[in-house]
Amino acid sequence: MQPDLEVDRVTKRYAGLLAVDALSLSVDRGSFFSILGPSGCGKTTLLRLIAGFLMPDEGDVRIGGHSMRGVPPNRRLVNMVFQHLALFPMMSVGENVGYGLARRGIGRSEIAARVAAMLKRVGLPGAHDKRVDQLSGGQRQRVAIARSLVLEPTLLLLDEPLGALDLKLREHMKIELKQLQADFGTTCVYITHDQSEALVLSDRVAVMNAGRFEQIGSPQELYYEPRTPFVAGFVGANNRLLGRALRIDGDVVEIATGAGLTVRARKHGDIVVDQPVEAFARPEAFDLSRDAAELPPGAQRFAGRVESLLFDGANSAVLVREARSRAEIRIALPQTGRFADLAVGETIAFGVEPARAACFAARSDGS
Amino acid sequence: MAADTVNRYGSHHRVALALLLAPALVWLVGLIVLPHLELAVISFRARVAPRVYELSLDQYRTFVDEPLYWHTFVRTAVMSILATACTLAIAFPAAWYIAKIARGRTKAKLFVLCLIPFWISEAVRTLGWMILLRESGVLPRLLVQLGVTDAPVELLYHDATILVGLVYTSLLFMMVPLVSALESLDDSLIEAAYDLGGNGWSIFRQIIVPHAAPGIAAGSIVVFMLTLGNYLTPTLLGGKNSLWFTEQIYTQFITRFNWEQGAAFGFLLLVLSTAIVWLGLAVSGQRLGDVLRRS
Repeated sequence: MQPDLEVDRVTKRYAGLLAVDALSLSVDRGSFFSILGPSGCGKTTLLRLIAGFLMPDEGDVRIGGHSMRGVPPNRRLVNMVFQHLALFPMMSVGENVGYGLARRGIGRSEIAARVAAMLKRVGLPGAHDKRVDQLSGGQRQRVAIARSLVLEPTLLLLDEPLGALDLKLREHMKIELKQLQADFGTTCVYITHDQSEALVLSDRVAVMNAGRFEQIGSPQELYYEPRTPFVAGFVGANNRLLGRALRIDGDVVEIATGAGLTVRARKHGDIVVDQPVEAFARPEAFDLSRDAAELPPGAQRFAGRVESLLFDGANSAVLVREARSRAEIRIALPQTGRFADLAVGETIAFGVEPARAACFAARSDGS
Repeated sequence: MAADTVNRYGSHHRVALALLLAPALVWLVGLIVLPHLELAVISFRARVAPRVYELSLDQYRTFVDEPLYWHTFVRTAVMSILATACTLAIAFPAAWYIAKIARGRTKAKLFVLCLIPFWISEAVRTLGWMILLRESGVLPRLLVQLGVTDAPVELLYHDATILVGLVYTSLLFMMVPLVSALESLDDSLIEAAYDLGGNGWSIFRQIIVPHAAPGIAAGSIVVFMLTLGNYLTPTLLGGKNSLWFTEQIYTQFITRFNWEQGAAFGFLLLVLSTAIVWLGLAVSGQRLGDVLRRS
């Protein structure tokens, strides 16, 4: 099947600086694709290249199979939900949603019918004559999406539309957005710096850094099988240990950290002995026990002192200082309530299986 | 007891408010309301004998009966509206450039450039125009040298000359509210409209103009009132042909010493400017409160 969006080795420079560096991606019809990256990584530039507000220096963007070279934004079958929504304050809700239809020269009664139907689908029936400033944050969000979807675009671009909302509403809108997308089946490209939004919403996620994609994959792949240290550090919480490769045994690397901790982790990419490496282990990869004998047999065992308790319901964790190396490690608390009475200062045993830790060659920039 | 405290606090509050407002009130009542009431009274009286006056509509009747007077009146109104429209048409692209395209230092420099003419007094500025435009002036001679005209032409004393002078004098007062109105327009609104299929003209009409409307109205009101009440520019650039209503008022008060007639004319001008501003606001659907907040 023809992908709805193909970005083919697109490059964009600003005053000689590479903002987008020969990127390629393709998004299948009806899927939800996210571009996740820290601010300044070039994701907004990429989105604007797709929308047509910027033209690529090299490469091509194809939408629905057609090259978009020289096609201005108002002639692309792409609509965008802006970061601050950009609803027109001088128009009513109905006029906002009907704006694009009116620009296409559709008749007045036809517009009214389509706008009413669209407002109903996004859960705002009867909001037609309201002013934009009479709506709540979530309702505005829905109007902005309705305004784009009413044009039945091939591709819907979303530029961090949840960024301006407070946390509670953001969680709610995340679910609502996912339902709307499933309902309409529109192909979506979503950019965000919030990994939770990207993981929850997307079929596929591209992690972007310094104008390039570090990895493209399903949320599960990015989380469980990061292919670069950047992805391992950026997606989800992670413990990072810097050291040198002591020994390589098949696909397991033994690492000695500067502070004298020895850890074994699964090898990713080419690593030779004595090379600087960085290892990652997620908080939930650790097993925690008051009795070292209870830890799984294959795990490497450590002991440490509880430094602080980070209680956050289902996301609770403890910071443990490893006894010999003084390295601080974040460990998720199991949901069983077995450690509900854990106290600061207590000594505790913890372990991690080498397969659940990842080791990469250290990045040259040392960050 | 509690109510007592509230009352005491309330009366203190009121005294403080009265004191704060006093200078403005003295200015408003003493220098604006009272003189105008006096003018109104003068305009409705006729002198029947030395120091004996009676109520009369003679002055207003003269205005209606004498075609020169109401011709001048209508002409002043039309020319002022025209000057306001020209000023808006010239100021809008410039304001757009300053508000949306220029960045940082360029922006500040351009704004200062608009201000520079106001460092010189209006009389000197207008005399400068005369040096440029009179028959033996710079521009007619240049036209001869370039072979555009055979002999120097008189560029002064035309209606167009008056308009040029008025627009030049008013430009800044249009620029300031326009720039501030356009600066507050979020660029993403324009991008969103463009993204939804809008083109240049529809975005201008449906997004930019409605957003800038209070600024346009504010600038237009200020420019219109300044133009309508301008004396120096039309008189100097238009000469005897200028036929500006303020000249009639000046003539009545100063030359003819007919204060009654002058007062009536002054009052008519006030009514005219109020009526046109009100009409303009009504037609464009603006509220005076919104507009004043902009200017």
